[in-house]
Amino acid sequence: MSAQLLQYLLAGLTVGAIYALVALGFSIIYNASQVINFAQGEFVMIGGMATASLIGTGLPLPLAAPLAIVATTLVGLALAKFAVERARGAPVVTLIIITIGASILLRGLASLVWDKNIHPLPPFSGDRPIAIGGATLLPQSLWVLGVTLVVVAALWWFFNRTLHGKAMLATSHNRLAAQLVGVSVRRVLLVAFGLSAALGALAGILVAPITFTSWDVGVMLGLKGFAAAILGGLGSGPGAVVGGLLLGLIEALSAGYVSSAYKDVIAFGIMLTVLVLMPGGLLGRRSAERV
Amino acid sequence: MNLRSCLAVLGRFVSIAALGVATHALAQEPIKIGAFLSVTGPAAFLGDPEQKTLELYVEKINAAGGVLGRKLKLVSYDSAGDADKARTFVKRLIEEDKVDAIVGGSTTGETMAVIPLVEQAQLPFISLAGAVVIVEPVKKWVFKTPATDRMACEKIFQDMNGRKISKIGLISGSGAFDKSMRAQCMAVAPKYGIEIVGDETYGAQDTDMTAQLTKMRQNAQIQAVLNAGFGAGPAIVTKNFRQIGMTVPLYQSHGVASKEFIKLAGEAANGVRLPAAALLVAKALPFNDPQKKVVMAYEHDYESRYHQDVSTFGGHAYDGLFLLVDAMKKAHSADKAKVRDALESIHGWMGVDGEFNLSPQDHMGLDLSAFRMLEIKNGDWTLVK
Repeated sequence: MSAQLLQYLLAGLTVGAIYALVALGFSIIYNASQVINFAQGEFVMIGGMATASLIGTGLPLPLAAPLAIVATTLVGLALAKFAVERARGAPVVTLIIITIGASILLRGLASLVWDKNIHPLPPFSGDRPIAIGGATLLPQSLWVLGVTLVVVAALWWFFNRTLHGKAMLATSHNRLAAQLVGVSVRRVLLVAFGLSAALGALAGILVAPITFTSWDVGVMLGLKGFAAAILGGLGSGPGAVVGGLLLGLIEALSAGYVSSAYKDVIAFGIMLTVLVLMPGGLLGRRSAERV
Repeated sequence: MNLRSCLAVLGRFVSIAALGVATHALAQEPIKIGAFLSVTGPAAFLGDPEQKTLELYVEKINAAGGVLGRKLKLVSYDSAGDADKARTFVKRLIEEDKVDAIVGGSTTGETMAVIPLVEQAQLPFISLAGAVVIVEPVKKWVFKTPATDRMACEKIFQDMNGRKISKIGLISGSGAFDKSMRAQCMAVAPKYGIEIVGDETYGAQDTDMTAQLTKMRQNAQIQAVLNAGFGAGPAIVTKNFRQIGMTVPLYQSHGVASKEFIKLAGEAANGVRLPAAALLVAKALPFNDPQKKVVMAYEHDYESRYHQDVSTFGGHAYDGLFLLVDAMKKAHSADKAKVRDALESIHGWMGVDGEFNLSPQDHMGLDLSAFRMLEIKNGDWTLVK
């Protein structure tokens, strides 16, 4: 019985860590620009697809993965430079709609540049499940969990210990004041999109050995990541991680103990309840100005 | 030979010549075959090979002299998986293009949308979509070539009977294909003495199914697991199944009967059984198999022309076209009513999908022999005895 529970928890944590990585990307861009970037899922897709196609040309994974992350970062920067920045004066809603358009464009391009097939990626360190107290875990899940931890730590250091990070935080708190003390808000926006794209690509590469990758994989992962970011509190780094893990765990537990047909209903139901009681999310700012 | 008989002979010659001229004029008039296929859009993986197959064989038939001395003319539209577009195009096929028969309807939705039009216009229509509802109840002018998901269920249950499996767990996705197959399997299970003691589902884009499978593993009654679905889902199910160390037999549906599934699931795919069309294992079929010649020829024609792997969906179009041609030859005309009657009388005709035995009660005409039971061994298909 406890082996069963452990299996559900492990499944939930793995999926949750994936959601958390995507949610972090949402939060970074939201902080820098108040924009909810609906192309975040597409960064995940490009990371996975680019790695798969680079490996297809014969490159080893340690080379293909960084290249794919760089490529995705460039896409993210291009999105910020040529779409979001140009509409600088527009209301936030317009910017959000621009990102929706960008996500459709990127998905279409991906289906042309690559194809509409589903691609596997080899696991980083083997396929042999690790047995833990009657439950099993894939080595790749450890990679996902481990890298998520490292990323969270690195982001914390970046935002709290470096000038660039602090400038970004300052921009998120008060754009005008940040500008007045000499923060280049445009640079912050660029860095935020680049960073989010890199994070998304990293998530896409990490999960592809478990979930495969295809031109439309970003839609659902993006949506779940967004839900996780909202649940944890949009704009909060720890909130994104907590929200992601919680969403994954709720899904796995309700699939295991209640009904797999209703697991999404249960997960989103709990999410709505939390938002009604705490509109800023679990770890969001008290003053929920814009959600 | 007197003058009168001379004239009579001459008259006969003239009339024969006149007849020749008449049939010659008729020969100029091509037989029009209409088609509406999802060549683009979400169901492009169905429509694309279907369109290519029709083009390829209309060309081949014409090069060989056509049908009944007349050329075939293919009038094809891309309905992009949209039932509304399908209706518009079929209307155009009937009213403007005045086609003699229609082959098409890559998806069940498109097919069902045009049935009223076809029935009203009274012309033979051969659908390339899967669901049972197309031919059950029988509609006078509607036929179809692909085997149904119900038959896939029956084929799997037959195999389970042979392995003395009677209690199974069913796991299916949330897509239309998955849902339809799940319903059909549940409906025919009692006929084979199979009891479904676990019923789990997963979302179309879910990334992990270990929770659902763990639940099944805890259920000691379950002797085998059947997964109805296609796309990435079944490959993840297969990997998770091995990951949590389940040892009961795993069955997949004909929805994953492609090399892609083996590529995605990798080693975990070994030992999986599934029903599939003979086309997939054309090379592995024994030489005395009556279907071998047809599927090998189709595979060769298609792959040498388009340089891409043949798919079972294109095979449906092959059968649709040649059933029509066969019926026209049988009826000695392209007359709509006569062709329809001839279609119903086709018996023992071997196509890519299997042996067709059509009748007024059965407008599909395939039986369970259309499916072959396969087991994946060492990353390749093998026929189960």
